[in-house]
Amino acid sequence: MIVGKSVKRVDAFDKVTGRALYTDDMADKSALIAKIVHSTVAHGYVKSVDISEAEKVEGVVKIVTCFDVPKFKFPTAGHPWSTDPHHQDVSDRLLLTEHVRFYGDDVVAIVAENEIAATQAARLVKVEYEELPFVLDPLESMKDGAPQLFEDYPNNILNHTGYEDGNYEEAIKDPGLIKIEGWYETPIVQHCHIENHICYAKEEAGKIVVVSSTQIPHIVRRVIGQALGIPWGRVRVIKPYIGGGFGNKQDALYEPLCAYLSTQVGGRLVKLDVSREETFVSNRVRHPIKFHLTTYAREDGTFVARRMEGFSNQGAYTSHGHGIVAKGATGFRQLYQSELATKADVYTVFTNCPVAGAMRGYGIPQAMFALESHIEDCAKALGLDPMAIRTKNMMPVGFVDGFSKNENYFDSLNQVIEKGKKYIDWDRKFAEYQNQTGPIRRGVGMAIFWYNTAVWPISLESCSCRMVLNQDGSIQLQLGETEIGQGADTVFSQMAAETLGIGMDKVHIISTQDTDLTPYGTGAYASRQTYIGGFAIKQTALILKDKILEYAHYLCRMPKFDLDIIDGNVVHLTTKRTLISLEELATTALYSLERSEHITAESTYQCKSNAFSLGCAFAEVEVDIPLCKVKLLNLINVHDCGQLINPQLAEAQVHGGMSMAIGFGLSEQLLLDPKTGRPLNNNLLDYKLSTTMDHPHLEAQFVENFEPTSAYGTKALGEPPAVPGAPAIRNAVLNATGVAINKLPLNPHNLFARFKEEGLL
Amino acid sequence: MYDMKALYEATSVQHAIELLKEHPEAKIIAGGSDVLIQMREGRLAGIELVSIYKIDELRGISMDDDGTLRIRPLTSFSHITRDPLIQKHINVLGEAVDKVGGPQIRNIGTIGGNTCNGVTSADSASTLHAWDAIMEITGENGVRRLPIREFYVGPGRVALAHDELLTSILIRKESYEGYLGHYIKYAMRNAMDIATTGCSVNCKLSADKKVFEDVRIAYGVAGPVPMRTPSAEAAIRGKEVSMENIEAFAKAALQDVNPRTSWRASKEFRLQLVEELAKRALIECVKLSGGTI
Repeated sequence: MIVGKSVKRVDAFDKVTGRALYTDDMADKSALIAKIVHSTVAHGYVKSVDISEAEKVEGVVKIVTCFDVPKFKFPTAGHPWSTDPHHQDVSDRLLLTEHVRFYGDDVVAIVAENEIAATQAARLVKVEYEELPFVLDPLESMKDGAPQLFEDYPNNILNHTGYEDGNYEEAIKDPGLIKIEGWYETPIVQHCHIENHICYAKEEAGKIVVVSSTQIPHIVRRVIGQALGIPWGRVRVIKPYIGGGFGNKQDALYEPLCAYLSTQVGGRLVKLDVSREETFVSNRVRHPIKFHLTTYAREDGTFVARRMEGFSNQGAYTSHGHGIVAKGATGFRQLYQSELATKADVYTVFTNCPVAGAMRGYGIPQAMFALESHIEDCAKALGLDPMAIRTKNMMPVGFVDGFSKNENYFDSLNQVIEKGKKYIDWDRKFAEYQNQTGPIRRGVGMAIFWYNTAVWPISLESCSCRMVLNQDGSIQLQLGETEIGQGADTVFSQMAAETLGIGMDKVHIISTQDTDLTPYGTGAYASRQTYIGGFAIKQTALILKDKILEYAHYLCRMPKFDLDIIDGNVVHLTTKRTLISLEELATTALYSLERSEHITAESTYQCKSNAFSLGCAFAEVEVDIPLCKVKLLNLINVHDCGQLINPQLAEAQVHGGMSMAIGFGLSEQLLLDPKTGRPLNNNLLDYKLSTTMDHPHLEAQFVENFEPTSAYGTKALGEPPAVPGAPAIRNAVLNATGVAINKLPLNPHNLFARFKEEGLL
Repeated sequence: MYDMKALYEATSVQHAIELLKEHPEAKIIAGGSDVLIQMREGRLAGIELVSIYKIDELRGISMDDDGTLRIRPLTSFSHITRDPLIQKHINVLGEAVDKVGGPQIRNIGTIGGNTCNGVTSADSASTLHAWDAIMEITGENGVRRLPIREFYVGPGRVALAHDELLTSILIRKESYEGYLGHYIKYAMRNAMDIATTGCSVNCKLSADKKVFEDVRIAYGVAGPVPMRTPSAEAAIRGKEVSMENIEAFAKAALQDVNPRTSWRASKEFRLQLVEELAKRALIECVKLSGGTI
């Protein structure tokens, strides 16, 4: 068994020694450097651009303004394309824009011989704006008379969807119900991957070649084609190793602009390396969402009717759009059950804020913060144990979602809760921490969460895989799915080795995706790759194995059905004899004068299933009331993501997500000046990403129920670890102080305001 | 790639002064942990620099014959923290500068740069204020000395002429002998941050540890420059060591400070910190001094 073992990462040595190449390592040093001049108003029209001074800077090669670029509107979201126009992503971007819609929008691009010349020229470009009123809050933006971002979207509403199970208005009339309601709010946060977005482009052999730090090379190829108005086959996108993405790079970012700039300088190599300050503002952020949740419950804690209203702040362009809050509404519908009715209305609203896109968890960290805070508030209002109210109402075993046909096969939620309780010593501490006095108090809190795996049936799920047998019995393995630091290449290799019956050392995965060479796959997002990639790998490995055994049959004359590959040898099952090594077979097959064959396999698997991925977090905090500080003492995540392919990598994935949840819960938020829309803290000093000094020991535990729909028993673990931490921390602060804080982050500013309101200060 | 016009490397204090005179637009660079950032941000783009980083005579910590501690300005934060003289006589300074940024910044950043930037949030500044530091400045006409309070003239501005260098920070024997101090950096996270408010307190207790013979307190970010709060010091000097007196001391500090509201923190919140930090820092000082509270 190789699946299930903590084998070393296949890229470990290259990454640790610095041999692994990233985009900037690969760009030729002769590259021209591109810099973007960004809007310095939150909303307006560019009236004129004066480049006369900028052009004088020595080394400036080309300046392109918003008036010069082609007018092909394009979508940026990293979704598989839909051939149905009604399901296509909204095309609302241009390479550079005259109608600027947020502070940081793209107006002018400079191409220069070096970075200093490009930067100096960018500073000298004078842009004159006709300023328009702007709006930063989604609820304000929806009002009549608010500044309009797009003509086609009245009241700035990109989309509004909802559902009603049962009859909510009737249900709430049931006698004896207690109503609990609250507003819950999450801030703008950013992915903060280590490697900022970077790409370079050049023309070669009649094509535009773009090397990019992206999660989704095949999708980016399509978007570049759309943005430049050229056939998609004329675009070649190469994705080397990347320094993280977390969803920001699940968008076409500056690849289309960079490709266009190369075409404007005779196809010379143009590099566009985005600064950290730009990454915060002019890439993508997590949607800030305001939720209003209402629960009507019986005295015994039974949920009778539940209601969600959600207002998701899209920022200035569609990007991933409504999918984010809509996913939150699905989580609300499924994680808990209502006796009579569940109703939701969720809106995605344009504002003059930085553009929100995909970010690890895709709306679920926001929705679960709201929901799990609200559940805690329900328990408090009803005087019930917060654990009991959850177990009473949460998704039961055997639950089937009518739309996706997802089934909750196991008692995962109770199993993860049991582990979390035990680790944190819940029963003792929860009781002990009630009703403390004094300036420093401790508390415990927890949250469960709902997630699913991949995007079926909302969108296409398919993955292609290629395997090529080498003379020594090893294989090349290629997929369109991408390694973005999470360890995908390693688990893919484990799967291939497992099914083929060969060792890890016999699997050579090609990490780089090159859209001219790599089979199609949509890339790293939706916690999909281990699940979806697994199908394609297993299917392709079985095809390859069949071809190998067919050749073995030819060589050894034993029936194929009585042959297998074990430890790299073809074995006759009945006699348990080794007939031939894979090496000998492969060499013979290639060079045979009788029957020469290059043994390869390639196949596409379209997946039409999905799987719940459930879990929880438990947190213990110490709250210093006079200093308005939360110290996180303990944090554990417990996940049921099915069979672990590589336990050590799984644990690392959970640690990373927990770290993100700590920042989301306690310290991170991108601030915009309410008077101008200007970002105030778009750098890593003022944006309070939590550091290692702010982390307690991070405990990751698992429940491994083999997922029945999956090729290797696995399901989502990429994003879920980032989900439950923030509400668990919030609930622990409530346990410690009796103060419910419904607005993230729980930083000293918010604690100060709330402690004042509640009379603690 | 940094946008600079020229870099002049000084080999001695005298040479640095000459270079500064020759290049009236030039700015001094030491460790570079502030200057390089400002160059990158564009504020100092195209600047001329006089580097003093290789002037080893400006590095290190020693004691003068009269017992004065002499901290030379190019001493890095990490060297200050590990210096035996600092640890013995004014350990709180080593603790305070150990709160700067992260390990890499503490290895490159210098105490001279930290003070000459003139920013109110500098982690060394409040402690140096609280210990009555004296700034020794060298120019073409020789050496002059200035109490640190007079050195800070406004936000980002210090009393240093273009062709002058800070050449030592002095702590006199009477300023440190018998005193023990504690610094609290209040920031939004536990590393890689600047202070929301910093508070440095030191005290000298009577022989029986019952009375505050002297208490000195200084803040960072409680006003435009680092500052002492004389009202608080007056309120506790000569008083008995008691919780009641410590609380009165902390309250009195509010009379002298002048924090402002910004997106980094509200005035109200900073005032809350001013009082709470004074209290906590002085309690720590009492404990360090062997008193009980």
